[in-house]
Amino acid sequence: MSLPTETLVEGLLAGEQRALARTISAIENRTEGYRDLVARLYEHADPNETAVIGVTGSPGSGKSTLVEELIAAYRGRDLDVGVIAVDPSSPYSGGAVLGDRIRVSSTMEDSGVFFRSMSARGALGGLSTAATEAVRALSAFGMDVVFLETVGTGQNEIDVVRAADSVLLLVPPDAGDVVQTLKAGVLEIADIFVVNKADLDGAERTVHELEDMLRMANEGPGPDRSDGWEKPILTTVATEGEGIDDLVGALEDHRSHLRASGGLASAATERTAAEVRTLVEDDLETAIAAAIDRRGGMDAIAESVLDGSADPYSAAREIIEAMDLEDALEAGDTHAAQDARRRP
Amino acid sequence: MGAQQEHGQETIRCLIAKVGLDGHDRGAQVIARAFRDAGFEVIYSGLHNAPEDIVRAAVQEDVDVVGVSILSGAHNTVIPEILDGLEAENALEDTLLIVGGVVPDEDIEDLKAAGVAEVFGPGTDLDTTIEFVRENAPR
Repeated sequence: MSLPTETLVEGLLAGEQRALARTISAIENRTEGYRDLVARLYEHADPNETAVIGVTGSPGSGKSTLVEELIAAYRGRDLDVGVIAVDPSSPYSGGAVLGDRIRVSSTMEDSGVFFRSMSARGALGGLSTAATEAVRALSAFGMDVVFLETVGTGQNEIDVVRAADSVLLLVPPDAGDVVQTLKAGVLEIADIFVVNKADLDGAERTVHELEDMLRMANEGPGPDRSDGWEKPILTTVATEGEGIDDLVGALEDHRSHLRASGGLASAATERTAAEVRTLVEDDLETAIAAAIDRRGGMDAIAESVLDGSADPYSAAREIIEAMDLEDALEAGDTHAAQDARRRP
Repeated sequence: MGAQQEHGQETIRCLIAKVGLDGHDRGAQVIARAFRDAGFEVIYSGLHNAPEDIVRAAVQEDVDVVGVSILSGAHNTVIPEILDGLEAENALEDTLLIVGGVVPDEDIEDLKAAGVAEVFGPGTDLDTTIEFVRENAPR
């Protein structure tokens, strides 16, 4: 199936949700020609004009409900909002039930909101690329704010929220020991901590524990990564809409800080560098696979090392010698299926 | 990762929705789970969707299949509204609309004539529904 690139670009830029939706599908499926499509959107997606907000936290911490409240708050300011909700897929069947849409249905009677569910299907490691590209499509569409919502349990999810300018980490009120075991990677990328469900017991204690932990992190060894931004710890009761205004204020403060400190620009450079690197690696991987095939397959190569007729270093060298860069160039746009199931 | 990808196919995306006021969502949940296990990607939009919510969700999520569960008897009103909405969004052509729940026989033909692909009544085998989707999902 070839993509109607021209129709999609025109439709998307004209504000047709269906064109936006089909563009995101092409990105997810890595449909042949999707790179041309995304490339066409590039010039219309200005990172300065779209605030990308990552929302992560453990299952049940209230991400969807909080996002619903934030959508309402931004809609109240007449801003257009996009949401990419990433949910892990079932590892056995490859299928998934994506339920984040349930919570946001009441805010959806509104054409200024675009909500898209994304599973972690196949694309281990590639998921963050797909999410970044989907954010770009939403930005080109003209969204003022884009939420990237994901369960913060693994590296995959952490990589997803790296595409955001500001990252909210939701912590449940009874976290207790959980606070101490928050994964280092999650802590570092969080810009704002939100203790949600603050009407429940233990919220205050959780806030104190977070404060202690942040203090220790700041006083601890290692380079100062804070960039002058003091990470606030806010409390919300998303179901009641409590604390939402303060949270929106904190998000605005963070964005102003990013602008003033040059963080927005340097993050864009960092992200773009990572994106280009990923693309190069993706395409080279195809060329590597083809070279391995030409050498008789990895099993045969391993056998030859095991039976003593080669050593691992010469085997690796021979694979590289058998590489044809044409394969990588060709892979650039016909990546489709094998790419989607590539292991990181 | 999934078998779907290994065969170079796109994953079938489905929206499963409950329409209107009836609060019985067990059937919809069972279908959502079964579709997931069949390797489909299921967007479950929960209870009390208005027809326009379903249309909007179908468009934004770019699903291949919309499954509407309805037990309230309002099918003759809400299903045509969904069909019209999809039509207005230019999405009817490549969306498979299936209905599950309690629909009297005499209404089934009307719904099908209006554009519903199939109606699955109580007691339908899950595999029957899954097989139908596999064979008829627009590609």
